[in-house]
Amino acid sequence: MVALAGQPNVGKSTVFNLLTGLNQHVGNWPGKTIERKEGTFVYDGTTYHLVDLPGTYSLTANSAEEVVAREFIIREQPDVVIALVDAAILERSLYLVAELISLPAPVIVGLNMMDVAEQEGLRIEPEVLDAALGIPVVPMVATKNVGGRELVDTVDRLIRGEISYDPKQPQIRADHRQVLEEIETLIAGCVPEPYPQDWVALKLLEGDQEITRLTKECLSDEQWEAVHDVLRAHDDALVAVASGRYEWIGRMIRAALTRPKAGQISLTERLDRWATHPLWGLLILAAILGLTFWLTYAIGTPLQDLLDTYVVGGLAGLARAWLGWAPHWVSDLVVNGIIGGAGAMLTFLPILVIFFAVMGALEDVGYMARAAYVMDGFMHLMGLHGKSFLPLFLGFGCNVPAVLGTRVIESRRARLLTLFLAPLIPCTARMTIVAFLAPAFFGPAAALVSWGAVLLALVVLALSGVVINKTVFRGQRAAFIMELPLYHLPNWRTIGLLVWQRSMGFVRKASTVILFVSIVVWALSALPGDDVESSYLATVGRWLEPAGRVMGLDWRLVVALLTSFIAKENSIATLGVLFDAAEGAGLAETLATIYSVPTGLAFLTMQMLFIPCVATVAVIRQESRSWRWTFFNLAFLLVVSWVASAGVFWLVSGVGVGL
Amino acid sequence: MKTETKTESKTEQTTKSAVLNNGVVPLSALRAGERCVVVRLAGGRGLLSRMASLGFTPGAEVTVVQNFGRGPLIARVRDARIALGRGEASKILVRR
Repeated sequence: MVALAGQPNVGKSTVFNLLTGLNQHVGNWPGKTIERKEGTFVYDGTTYHLVDLPGTYSLTANSAEEVVAREFIIREQPDVVIALVDAAILERSLYLVAELISLPAPVIVGLNMMDVAEQEGLRIEPEVLDAALGIPVVPMVATKNVGGRELVDTVDRLIRGEISYDPKQPQIRADHRQVLEEIETLIAGCVPEPYPQDWVALKLLEGDQEITRLTKECLSDEQWEAVHDVLRAHDDALVAVASGRYEWIGRMIRAALTRPKAGQISLTERLDRWATHPLWGLLILAAILGLTFWLTYAIGTPLQDLLDTYVVGGLAGLARAWLGWAPHWVSDLVVNGIIGGAGAMLTFLPILVIFFAVMGALEDVGYMARAAYVMDGFMHLMGLHGKSFLPLFLGFGCNVPAVLGTRVIESRRARLLTLFLAPLIPCTARMTIVAFLAPAFFGPAAALVSWGAVLLALVVLALSGVVINKTVFRGQRAAFIMELPLYHLPNWRTIGLLVWQRSMGFVRKASTVILFVSIVVWALSALPGDDVESSYLATVGRWLEPAGRVMGLDWRLVVALLTSFIAKENSIATLGVLFDAAEGAGLAETLATIYSVPTGLAFLTMQMLFIPCVATVAVIRQESRSWRWTFFNLAFLLVVSWVASAGVFWLVSGVGVGL
Repeated sequence: MKTETKTESKTEQTTKSAVLNNGVVPLSALRAGERCVVVRLAGGRGLLSRMASLGFTPGAEVTVVQNFGRGPLIARVRDARIALGRGEASKILVRR
């Protein structure tokens, strides 16, 4: 078994894909919402099992990722840990190596991005670094398939014992050496299993919460008191430990690295003068967003229509023909329940794939960190910081990946708040409803109304963020520290796999949860009779009508809203059934003649702000790991959407616009 | 007149605090292009640990890449570009 470790942005997923190809499996670390990638590769007749550890800057328990990475190495004891480092940021990315080599598993350094380092004018001699570290160093350019074979060969030979392995360990900064010894003596013989003793002593000095807790449980009260006293007297020790590691790195690279003369301005710096500028940066971001949406809809919408007509429509036709022998309700269940519900979700796949591909490319070239940076000021209003912008942006495609994307945020508080707000981002399905209804109701003003609807949703999002931050979280704020990686050319393989994984995640959701709920809602609409008007769903709609009346909605619009819970665009299909009209041009016009403008606006408002679809709810529960938070989120959205659309209804009725 | 005295007293204050701190200023006070050396880190354990592992340890050379006086700033440390919130940057104490 081989583990792949490395700091963020060192090209870890590219190397993982290079080694395993398509022999990989993506899941979660047990009990954590952290992605776990595993795969296999064969070399010289031996099959190796490769586990991708989460990307972390260090191994001190600052985040769940760091705990996962080190627990894996300590408990599972892989035969080799491949530590990937970025040659262009050699000093900083060796920091993780300094931590890794004090753990009980042999380490190989994969010196990736040698080409980028060269571009930056850095000269690195891998053999010299190899000799200094006392561990194998393999130069690589993973994006160009260089070094993968050598890396695997080194892994193979190290496991066979054909390479000597004699790492030079880093030491704590000289002024704290005595304190470290003191701690080691105090805890000698009673260290939590299975951690090495000297490592525990170091982690105690670093103030590692997890190790501190475990050690406290292990020691007697008096022993712990003694340890605690020493620790308290040296609460600055963690900087000494980090300094010690950087001193070690300095010694290791002294001979191996030659820097260019100062004054050379790199491409990244030139691009960043624009991309991170407070004004130009925002304009560039706006332009990129605009282009992304244009691309997504220009290519995705016709594809969606094709899928809808030929695949979903075709399947429905086939099912109807095949099930001619069965009772009517069976074919109705298959056609309207299963194909209508889950199938409609799948037609969104082209839009999502395009959107994910553009996002993946922006991420891969290094732009997304800049987008987060320029949005930081705005996100501060909600007590969030720039990083929360990235998942929210994904939400314009679909809220499901937005909620899943909140994993990039370190603090749990910020993560909960971000996924709380994600359903307020108008996703492609909601925009479909707006695009369908707006022209019939508002004629030439349709575009204006559509923009207004998006703007309204975003304003409500910002206000909700401010309110929830002030009340639930009492204005706490997470620290904003983020690396801006070097720009580099996109690697299509990495992006392709990312798109594949994100899309498959969506399909899996669509084929399980959604299928189930589709059948339930279908049953409610088909039972007890064949007529929707007398179904249970209609009964529920009539029962809820008083609540709808406040915003000018009758029971049919209420029912349409209810069915949007499966998938947003279901609203239109439901109205089609209720008004017994074709879904085409006829329905929108029919609606426009039956309902007034205020009702139309109220209905659109409701659609924008209403509780999200069941797939989004499912991932909110999965990522927040809390039913309470999920229900709070739904209740909040229900109240906000109801108040907002009632407000819109009364305001517009009062002014009498267009009547 | 009034504004003049105000600016004057402000400059006086800054000079005073700079002298008191022996030339040690927060990273957020530096302008783009300025270089400095980290003297000390302030702040809670979690923040300290993250900043230290990213390379902001005493003695590390830092170049400010961008600082517009408000909002986050960008600093270059150990060949990496790090974006820092203003609050975080003010906890890194440096000497020019």
